Amino acid sequence: MNIELRHIEKRFGAVHANNDINITFKGGRIYGILGENGAGKSTLMKILSGYQPADEGEIRFDGQLVDYRTPQAALRAGVGMLQQDPLDVGAFSALENFIFGPLSARGLRGKAAQAELARVCERFGFEIDPELPITQVSIGGRQQLEIARLLALGVKALILDEPTTGISAEQKQTLFDALKQLAREDGMTVLLVSHKLEDVIALCDEVAVLRAGKLVGAQVLPATTRQLVEMMFGQALSPAERPRSDLSGASPALKIVHATLRSKRLTVEALSLTLRAGEIVGLAGLDGSGQELLLRACAGLVRLSSGQIWLNGLDMTGESYRQFLAAGVAFAAAGRLEEGLVAGLTLTEHIALSTETGAVVSWERARALTAQLLERYNVRGQPESQIQQLSGGNQQRMLMALTPEQPTLLVLEQPTRGLDVDSARWIWQQLLERRDKGAAVLFASPDLEELVTYSDRILVFYAGKSTEIADVHPQRTSVEMLGRLIGGHFDEVTA
Amino acid sequence: MSDPLISTLAGIVTNATPLVIAAMGETITERAGIVNLSLDGSIVLSAMSGFVVAYSAQQILITSAGMTAPEAAGLSVIIGAIGAMVVGALVALLIAFSSISLRQDQVAVGFVLTLLGTDLAVFLGTNYARIPGPQILPTDLPLLANIPVIGEIFFQQSGFAYVSYLLVFGTWWLFFRTRQGLSLRAVGERPEAAFARGIPVNRLRYLYTALGGAVVGLAGAAYSLNVRAGWTVPPAMGGDGWIALAIVIFGGWHPFRVLIGAYLFAGLRSLASVIQRTPGIEINITLLNAAPWVLMIITLLLVSSGALERLLQVLPRPLQKPLRGILRSDPPAALGTRFERK
Repeated sequence: MNIELRHIEKRFGAVHANNDINITFKGGRIYGILGENGAGKSTLMKILSGYQPADEGEIRFDGQLVDYRTPQAALRAGVGMLQQDPLDVGAFSALENFIFGPLSARGLRGKAAQAELARVCERFGFEIDPELPITQVSIGGRQQLEIARLLALGVKALILDEPTTGISAEQKQTLFDALKQLAREDGMTVLLVSHKLEDVIALCDEVAVLRAGKLVGAQVLPATTRQLVEMMFGQALSPAERPRSDLSGASPALKIVHATLRSKRLTVEALSLTLRAGEIVGLAGLDGSGQELLLRACAGLVRLSSGQIWLNGLDMTGESYRQFLAAGVAFAAAGRLEEGLVAGLTLTEHIALSTETGAVVSWERARALTAQLLERYNVRGQPESQIQQLSGGNQQRMLMALTPEQPTLLVLEQPTRGLDVDSARWIWQQLLERRDKGAAVLFASPDLEELVTYSDRILVFYAGKSTEIADVHPQRTSVEMLGRLIGGHFDEVTA
Repeated sequence: MSDPLISTLAGIVTNATPLVIAAMGETITERAGIVNLSLDGSIVLSAMSGFVVAYSAQQILITSAGMTAPEAAGLSVIIGAIGAMVVGALVALLIAFSSISLRQDQVAVGFVLTLLGTDLAVFLGTNYARIPGPQILPTDLPLLANIPVIGEIFFQQSGFAYVSYLLVFGTWWLFFRTRQGLSLRAVGERPEAAFARGIPVNRLRYLYTALGGAVVGLAGAAYSLNVRAGWTVPPAMGGDGWIALAIVIFGGWHPFRVLIGAYLFAGLRSLASVIQRTPGIEINITLLNAAPWVLMIITLLLVSSGALERLLQVLPRPLQKPLRGILRSDPPAALGTRFERK
């Protein structure tokens, strides 16, 4: 299906999110939609998938003018969107998630629904157990289910928002193969929104680049990463680097000895790990493989079921989170607004909350400090604005501003989640500065590129078991190999 | 009904009936993601309204249709029950309107309505207190009533009990066997996902809040027209609404477990009164009356905390999984939250 967008306009208050966008997406081709955070690509995709109506402009499918304002109407017109976090219901089984809504309204139920699901799965090599509760299905599996559902609904265009985050190398291959097949054989129009230029280059036929609400370029691939980055930012970025620090003679900042960690679903056993001051260790693994558990144990948020944990030579086993903080641990959770910052409080109030120790708050002092920190951390926001009004990148900068200057151990859950290349790199500069001052850094990330670029060592988790890649080097350690490990192929790869 | 044990059990079923109905109404509402905290006040207000409507209907039937009081009773009770359901639905609609359309906090509004409902009922119903009104008498269900033991316990009851059985089964059927049930649960679990699939989230929330409220109203009628027949000031059923709310949680938002919870609680109550009447046992009556509530809290803690998991770990592995399935319960994920289109 050919999709034509003409003069699409969308404003949010003073922000011109989409400024006169004109583009045609042809059936049978795969497009990469690129742009930094806030460039307007999500807005455009939301307009196309019915989540948000455009202020002005028209959309034509195969020359026919269409007008829809809900996702359901967009689906009827033939456009389906796969959200980054699949929009399914945790309490339902895979099959229930498959049918609820429009498919069941068409009377597809029971055996017939199961057969339909099996048909799609077989064609694309998806592996979905229809009876399994969706909470026990990986993100990759939930994606496959959602794609199967959209196909069963007969969509002719598929929009995917960051589909390769948090899935294994195999699942990515399956996904890419399915998308190529859909484009080539079914004439489907596929739009891929992604920060990962490697994925775009590997999969797409063409790219469209947005910057500050405008379409600034469209190009038929192949192109190099460098060319795409130039289009996105208007300038070339030097490749990200991690100057290594000399670790010889560094004292251990964190030491875990033969630890067992338990959560409802998972047990991590016999784990030992030593982190020296100035060392960066990355944790890799699919969601719920055990890396989150280790991370939170190191921050003092999860107690060890057995074993010991030492910080700077101090036995911290069984101590409270408060004690961990006092011992120099700084923790930043993946959910910025859920666990890191307090929605509803202003920037000044955040600073006061973390720096004022007396019973009475000195607002004068807090305001002065806030102005100073906003300047230093390049946070674009007013001291009196509430934190949730800031963009994701600025929230993350604020979180950095609130992190102690010289911690013993920095524990970070997905430190650059949802940030564009530029903001992510800025965050890492800050982290590296702290590392240079002697902090040990322990971080988890679903972004394999990030892990390989910044880690001295990587611990890969699969179903509670872990294997270590010692001496990570961007030239020697490949993202593909890491992807295989994440999928559980420990034996095939010798690090 | 010669065996005292059987008659006690039958009594428990009778006493539990309004609780079952009320808890079922709340289960429907909460499964759609709305908390109707006004349950206690709702029940009292609808009990009063149901009684007044039924009483007036009976008077009219006697004077204008020339019926005798017993002849008019059945029809009056049905009219009264409908009146009670309308009142329950209206109170619930207030909750829906204030939380969905006016974006107010469900808990705050529900709490205020609880207090208002009770006071309003006392204020409006003073003149009808302690007068004899229509009530329905137990009727044996043909065939079923003759089953030994089971029949005597469950099928020699009044109409309200039979309605409660149908209600429990019907609710289960709705939730787990119909397309509407799938949409209902989706709205309570993840409204964004439901919306994306074209399910009218807020319209369904209105609908199921009203429906649940009507069922709660029916529970009110089950008090004033059946179990504790008549209307008194202060209302005799005060406090039961809170119990029904707790039973919903205890029952894990599952109709059958909610039913069991209601029977369990009524059983505890009846045990307390048996102990009271037993000569030779000297226990402070107030303390004894508090016992079921304390037990309720303990079981709630057991079911909805990590304690259950620790308890299960002790058991042999093959037993763990089925027991966890039966005992564990997670509330509807979007319970008490607002849904707005972004």
